[in-house]
Amino acid sequence: MWDHEIRAMASTHAIIASSVFMATVLPAVFVPGFSVYGTHLVWLYSVSGAVTAVSVAVFWLLGITPPTKKHTLGYKLSRLFRSCLYFFLSCLFFHSVVVLYGAPLIESALETFSLAVLLTSLTTLRCLCVLGPSVQAWIRVFSRHGAMSVWDTCLQITVACTVVGAWLGAFPIPLDWDRPWQVWPVSCSLGAMIGFLTGLVGAPAWIHYHRKQLTYKSK
Amino acid sequence: IKCLFSPFIYIVGLLLLSLLLWVCLVYFVGIYVFVSGFLLVRLEVNRTSTCEDVLQPGHEDPQVNFCSSKPRFRKVIILIIDALKIDFARFDPDNQSPRPYENKLPVLEKMVSSKPTHSRLYPFRADPPTTTMQRIKGFTTGSLPTFVDVGNNFASSAILEDNLIHQFGQTGKRVVFMGDDTWESLFPKKFHRSLPFPSFNVKDLHTVDNGILQHIYPTMVGGDWDVLVAHFLGVDHCGHRFGPDHPAMADKLTQMDGVIRSVIERLQNDTLLVVMGDHGMTDSGDHGGESQKETDAAIFLYSPFPIFAGPPSQDEPDVVPQTDLVPTLALLLGIPIPYSSVGQVLLPLFPSHQQTEGAVGGLSQLEALWINAKQVNRFLETYSSLAKDIPLESLSQLKAEFSHISSEYLSSLRGGRSPSPQLLSFLQAYLASVRDTCRATWARFNPFKMVAGFTILALACLMCLILSEMSLLLIRESSAGLKTSVKVAACVSVSVAVVQLYTHGYMEVVWCFAAGAVSSEIVFFWKVCLLKDSFVSKNGSKAPKVVGWLKLRQLLVPPLVVLMLRCASLLSDSYVIAEGRVVTFLALSLALYIPVHLNWKGLLLPPSHDSLKCAGPLPSMVVSPSAVRKESSTLLGCLGLLVGSFYLSLSFHGCREELGSCQPSLFLSPLSRLQDSRLKNLHYVLAVAALCLWTFLLRRWLCHYGNLNASGVTVFTARWILPLLSVCLGLHWAVGATPEDSFRNLTELIRLAQLALPRTAFCLLGLGMLLILCDPLTVFLKTRASASGRSSSLPPPRYRASTGISPQAELHHLIPQIYQRMRRSLDDGDVSGSSEADHRPAVEAYGLGTVYSAPVLLFSGLLGMGLLLLHPEGMALSFLLLLLQMASLLHIHASSTTLYSGFNVPWTPVVLWSLASTEFFHATGHLPTFPSIQWSAAFVGFPDGHTGTLLPATLVTLNTFASHILFAAGCPLLLFWPLVCEVRGSRGGRACGDEAEDAVMEMRLREHPLHFSAALLQLSTRYLFINGAQVFASVCAAAILRRHLMVWKVFAPKLMFEASGFLVSSFFLLFGVMLVLRVDVAVSRWFKRLIPEASR
Repeated sequence: MWDHEIRAMASTHAIIASSVFMATVLPAVFVPGFSVYGTHLVWLYSVSGAVTAVSVAVFWLLGITPPTKKHTLGYKLSRLFRSCLYFFLSCLFFHSVVVLYGAPLIESALETFSLAVLLTSLTTLRCLCVLGPSVQAWIRVFSRHGAMSVWDTCLQITVACTVVGAWLGAFPIPLDWDRPWQVWPVSCSLGAMIGFLTGLVGAPAWIHYHRKQLTYKSK
Repeated sequence: IKCLFSPFIYIVGLLLLSLLLWVCLVYFVGIYVFVSGFLLVRLEVNRTSTCEDVLQPGHEDPQVNFCSSKPRFRKVIILIIDALKIDFARFDPDNQSPRPYENKLPVLEKMVSSKPTHSRLYPFRADPPTTTMQRIKGFTTGSLPTFVDVGNNFASSAILEDNLIHQFGQTGKRVVFMGDDTWESLFPKKFHRSLPFPSFNVKDLHTVDNGILQHIYPTMVGGDWDVLVAHFLGVDHCGHRFGPDHPAMADKLTQMDGVIRSVIERLQNDTLLVVMGDHGMTDSGDHGGESQKETDAAIFLYSPFPIFAGPPSQDEPDVVPQTDLVPTLALLLGIPIPYSSVGQVLLPLFPSHQQTEGAVGGLSQLEALWINAKQVNRFLETYSSLAKDIPLESLSQLKAEFSHISSEYLSSLRGGRSPSPQLLSFLQAYLASVRDTCRATWARFNPFKMVAGFTILALACLMCLILSEMSLLLIRESSAGLKTSVKVAACVSVSVAVVQLYTHGYMEVVWCFAAGAVSSEIVFFWKVCLLKDSFVSKNGSKAPKVVGWLKLRQLLVPPLVVLMLRCASLLSDSYVIAEGRVVTFLALSLALYIPVHLNWKGLLLPPSHDSLKCAGPLPSMVVSPSAVRKESSTLLGCLGLLVGSFYLSLSFHGCREELGSCQPSLFLSPLSRLQDSRLKNLHYVLAVAALCLWTFLLRRWLCHYGNLNASGVTVFTARWILPLLSVCLGLHWAVGATPEDSFRNLTELIRLAQLALPRTAFCLLGLGMLLILCDPLTVFLKTRASASGRSSSLPPPRYRASTGISPQAELHHLIPQIYQRMRRSLDDGDVSGSSEADHRPAVEAYGLGTVYSAPVLLFSGLLGMGLLLLHPEGMALSFLLLLLQMASLLHIHASSTTLYSGFNVPWTPVVLWSLASTEFFHATGHLPTFPSIQWSAAFVGFPDGHTGTLLPATLVTLNTFASHILFAAGCPLLLFWPLVCEVRGSRGGRACGDEAEDAVMEMRLREHPLHFSAALLQLSTRYLFINGAQVFASVCAAAILRRHLMVWKVFAPKLMFEASGFLVSSFFLLFGVMLVLRVDVAVSRWFKRLIPEASR
């Protein structure tokens, strides 16, 4: 029943995952002295940029973004503006949440904000792509009966995986192992990335496995 | 409704209390049994030997001074190479491919083989615990130090027992020390000169060693010393970092070889060289435990002139116990043996009896042994008179042995004949058996006790879980197997005691308790199984719901996962060191989980389609969208407050010494220590503001719910004692902050105030609590004039309309409704058909809706103020945060409960509650380490010190566990708060236009006494379970990691703090529950008094 959509989803996810891969490999070739640990922020921004660009492009091409009611240019522009605003606000939101969780407030603010940008591009951006700039809709999606389509379920899974990954990533920080990946925010961003990739793989698989149970109300 | 007056709660309440008490007792027994097997306790004897009391054999004359005779050596150099294992020191010329740690100290072998009369190499066996601090203590005092040396001053780690360094100083020897800075803290101001180097960083292999090498040779040549102690750490740190099997170890050992060589070259004739390791290491480079690899170090003795009779012979010892160094060095250098030494002189270093003729100044073997034996015997007598932990049997045997030897020795001496050669071996045997007896008493973990304690605790946790999951069933069946359990426990422990008495002749209390606890637990489980079966057979349909209580899926809910993570974090030293932040992290995660979970259930946003929600024992309520929106915004607001206060509380943390870069909070230092007067004023103003806000918030709440109208004693407490107490506190801080020299003419007054103000506060506090316990009711009765006209046919006005619309006024009059309903039911029972009366309440009871929570809250508030008195002033802010956090937690719980669930308190708020208590343990400046205990708390109100120990110990305990106490005492509030906040929800319902049932708030509890007590039981067992699980986890950590490097620094103190925290919080939890039951009794009396009056 959902085969077509699942296939589309799997290929979308494959594209996004490969973009993550490319964003890691390409700078390693072109930028001298690049490493995921050493020049972590470079990796972080390259990955978030790649994910942002690829997801926007793919979701726009697929046409999953909810149809706009008006087709005027002004309306579209305001939508775009609101999306950008939400993106930025979400960065701030993640930043403050991460600080509340115990990240240093002043010392490594840039690192913390970069992590917030990564988290935003992995979670909020997808919400923007799938649901459009509407916080109400975002909140409603994350409830048991909130998913209206396969894409909503997929969104739930990937966002949850990313957030849980970042959360788990904070665990090794206090340990006294002195590894390069324990430096703030390497473990968290790696955790978020691994969680995101898991979500990309897991979401189509889960939906495929549970496709009999899934029923969606029409909008 | 009849049960409003019934004494049902008496029985159930007593049952509840005794159940909780029993569970707590089982926990205590578990902790006690484990700790008695894990923490080895020894009493310190604070006496010192003097030159006068060590008598030369033969001269039983007190005038002769032992120290004045010429000793064998004038000087000694002690090189301590930390973790110098015996394997490192041995040299095997046949070994062609030595491992990195083998054959790296050829100098020792060379000396031993080339100069056999000058030097010896022995294995040097340490006693567990093989950690550096304990070992230094061991080979300077000659005793067997344990983790808790009672009498030890926890505030500083200085050795107070008699020791070699002290004796050196006593006899005027100049002791020069260099190396590991542990010595500096163990022997403060004892050295003639000392060059300590930081030892904390295990990664640093060279700082200490290079520091020593820089100074040791100039010092040796300079000659301004008699005893030179150098403690090298490189080998130990290399072991910790790389393990022994690493090239770095080879380098380090080769360096040490060079050091020993150069020291030997510079050695003068009257100097003894001792090279020794304090302990060994395992193959992974760790130490701390009792395996032979850890205990067997090396000792190398060298003297420039011959001291040994000949090459090593057969009768020399294979292994030298570490304690033996102390008497040997003492007698070789001509100082008294330290008082509590249990060592035995190393005989090969002393000439045998025949050789002494002619030798100058040396003691013969027999003389040395005799001095030694006398000293050991004296110690044993003193110790056994102070402590009773040495078994009497062996004590009397030792005594008999000594008297036999001494009579033989003295008679032979008097007779002038040379003593028999057996005497030597007798003396040796005596000394060895004393040491073995002491070791058996002090220096061994007792694995059986550890396992027993572990089992009891595990079962107790399981029991708590069962109790909390099946509380309703257990309360309903009312007996719950408690009586049988207690009876069986008593029987079993008595019979174990009898058996022990019969077989051994004495009894060990630990085992009796352990047997009792285990048997009662088993009986409990058996009873529960029976109960479950009978329940299943009675109503089969409900069976699966009850049977499935322990399913794994039910235990994997996020709050319990968070609890498990918390417990797991106790198993790692890094997480224990960062505990404050770890707990905050987990608590935040759980707090953020609440809205996410609610949203997942679709309850955060108003539902698009209407549905009636029926929740638990509460009557069904219509939840309107506006109410939901309101609840959600309250919830999110409170969440913000909670998260904010968590974040702010991080700035009140103290610092562990392990975290080098950490700065302790500025608020932790008392005002009198601040130099800057503006900063001081600012701190003072902040503290007083926080105090005022604390008082104001409490009173505001009580006033809001109409609990300040009555004329009872509790209201008196709230109205007068609470503000008075805060005034006292503010004045006390002001007096404490005044600099000593500023008001010279007022010194007397200030001193008086320092004494009087805190004592007044203590008295007020005690009085307030007593009053609350005496009469906890805060209900104000107002009889309407028209009460007599209830049968008249006046047009029934809605009473609410007549009282205005202000929410407060409305609240004051809410309660008549319950009374009305009560009356209606009575009337229905007595005179049928007169239901007209209920439109106009005859009696208005102000504050009945919060009759339970008001005393509990007031009590916690008072307690909080008393605890604040024991803290530095800056902590007032932290206490305010604590109050805010409690309030926001309660509100979150209330909102989320009115949103979807019923009467029982779910796991999430309870786990959060417990996490918050741990968090505020840290945020009030405490840490789970002994040096961080705030001893100054003992002197609040007692600036001149105490005579006893009970009072200061109580004060320090109250100070240390302040947050545990507050959260435990306030725990019942979790049950009441959703009911207190019920008003909000129901008002929303009315706004919708529905004829919703009026809120009766906490009177619901009285309508369902069974559910009430079941919920109370569930709440308290859940709280106990959470705290108990943490104790269990730290017990696991201590048991599993007992060989860990950090066991005495991190895990054992953590266990002690966790266990005492559990003790204190369970006590106050019981107290809180008792208070609730007390209120309940008072309320039922009140109703009884009211009813006959009204129905007259």
